[in-house]
Amino acid sequence: MTAISLPRLKADSLASRALNGILKSPKATIASVCCILFVVIAVIGPWIAPQNPYDLMQISIMDAKLSPGSESMAGATYWLGTDGQGRDMLSAMIYGLRTSLAVGLVSGIVALGIGTSLGLVAAYYGAPVDTLIMRLVDLMLGFPTILVALMMLALIGQGLGKVMAALVLVQWALFARAVRGAALVEKGKEYVEAATCLGLGKGRILFGHLLPNCLPPLLVIATLQVANAISAEATLSFLGIGLPITEPSLGLLISNGYEVLMSGQYWISVYPGLLLVALVFSINIVGDRLREVLNPRLQP
Amino acid sequence: MTVFIIRRLSQSLLVLFITSIIVFAGIYAIGNPIDILIAPDATFAEREQAIRALGLDQTLVEQYGTFLWNALHGDLGRSFVFNQPSIDLILNRMPATLELAFVALFLSLAIGIPLGLWSGLRPNTVLDETIMTGSILGFSLPNFWQGMMLIMIFSVWLGWLPSTGRGEVDTVLGMRTSLTSWSGISHLILPAFNLALFKISLVTRLTRSGVRENMPLDFVKFARAKGLSERRIVSVHVLKNIMIPIVTVVGVEFGGIIAFAIVTETIFAWPGMGKLLIDSIMRLDRPVVVAYLLVVVTLFIVINFVVDILYSLLDPRIRLGSAA
Repeated sequence: MTAISLPRLKADSLASRALNGILKSPKATIASVCCILFVVIAVIGPWIAPQNPYDLMQISIMDAKLSPGSESMAGATYWLGTDGQGRDMLSAMIYGLRTSLAVGLVSGIVALGIGTSLGLVAAYYGAPVDTLIMRLVDLMLGFPTILVALMMLALIGQGLGKVMAALVLVQWALFARAVRGAALVEKGKEYVEAATCLGLGKGRILFGHLLPNCLPPLLVIATLQVANAISAEATLSFLGIGLPITEPSLGLLISNGYEVLMSGQYWISVYPGLLLVALVFSINIVGDRLREVLNPRLQP
Repeated sequence: MTVFIIRRLSQSLLVLFITSIIVFAGIYAIGNPIDILIAPDATFAEREQAIRALGLDQTLVEQYGTFLWNALHGDLGRSFVFNQPSIDLILNRMPATLELAFVALFLSLAIGIPLGLWSGLRPNTVLDETIMTGSILGFSLPNFWQGMMLIMIFSVWLGWLPSTGRGEVDTVLGMRTSLTSWSGISHLILPAFNLALFKISLVTRLTRSGVRENMPLDFVKFARAKGLSERRIVSVHVLKNIMIPIVTVVGVEFGGIIAFAIVTETIFAWPGMGKLLIDSIMRLDRPVVVAYLLVVVTLFIVINFVVDILYSLLDPRIRLGSAA
């Protein structure tokens, strides 16, 4: 039974190593506090936003394109101004943050699941399966993320589910490669042999024993990939092939401000952009720190 | 070496073939371009005639067969919108994109390597911390938003640089370039910098880790013992060793630059093939999208191929036969 509890112990120490590493760096601590704050704002968004920007009863076209700090017809203050439809920018940004974070997290987690499973299977079974999976991985990683996602969305059209599917498609290969690398090293170790001798099932060895020991590089990649996914989704939405107008993410809000940027109505694209940068930047800082602490020897 | 090249070439052709099938089948699924191309008040007969003229009445397999046959003869279909061969459209726009990409690549090396050396030679100082945090910011800035901010600051507020389009274009040695006049260069600065910023961060980090890996090695100690100046050690001996990972990554990333040019070209209205792609997706101009993707995939295959060979030339420890 010790063979089963050993990897668990290591998984616990991973969490504490990560936490300690973050707390030792003031920069990473601030960044993780920001990340938590963003998640909290996104979750409780509908209760704290001054208005529901997509409830037509609450917005008035008379308030369109007001500059930051102006007062609405009804007397409320628009701290960050309003957009072309008279929506409060602050509220629109809170709702946009929800969409952006949800897309990034969900697609990241699904890609993590698929990539990890395939990577473990490739490492464990070896030759024909491994070759097939790794060829696919090479093929995927041979093309830039944005191009593959763009191709796919150009093919299947836009929509929330489709954007997430495209983001999963471009992310799984990174996870698969990292897990396979780590698992190949772990596979030769004695605890795997011990587990095999105990007669444990393949699934249990793969996910119960190998997986926990492959976690450090996964944690780093997963963190960085959430940031990448958020950024990629924003880019796709900006290009007009990402999320539809009914599911406004930060990228779509920025895109709305693009046409009026030249006429000086800077706030429509600047503020959502700043929020997007703050979000992606904080996640990347945390990810970078995790890499330093867990040091899975990744490329920069 | 020959075996390696043949194997890589056949793999590449397979990738190209698979891509063509996926792209063609996918594009077929997004909608019927005929609805967009003919006037809404066209008669049924006119509609039928247009469908026949564009080959849209055949089955998917037949259309693909025709497409593949023509593609092998250098004909990737005619644009529905421009009524020109789509390959010509792409190739016409390609020099503008390549010019942008090469200038961006140059900027990323010219700025990234010195920054990386600077911070790698002074590890864990304030300067190093600043450059490293700056590089994370460079990774984090969404390319499209960053472009909009550049336009806002340098074109709208300061009025120093033009925001959109390509300036004067001259023909030098058979190539159209905007590097010969101030109008051309001034139009190029913002988009090229926008495209380069991400790669500057990447090159900076690569150079820094290369410096930190190489400085404690014996060959550096030996060079010092020989009495070489620190300047020469860094700029000749260390830099040569760092160039190996940089060439590989930059080579592979060149494809990324071309892909990201889609975003930059859209924002700065740069008349390259990336903007053509986005316009064509919006107009459901199927042949142009297909041609773009096939041209870009071919370009990538060529780039990866060249990088592999460069890699082996730079680093004699790599044996191509076994690397395949």
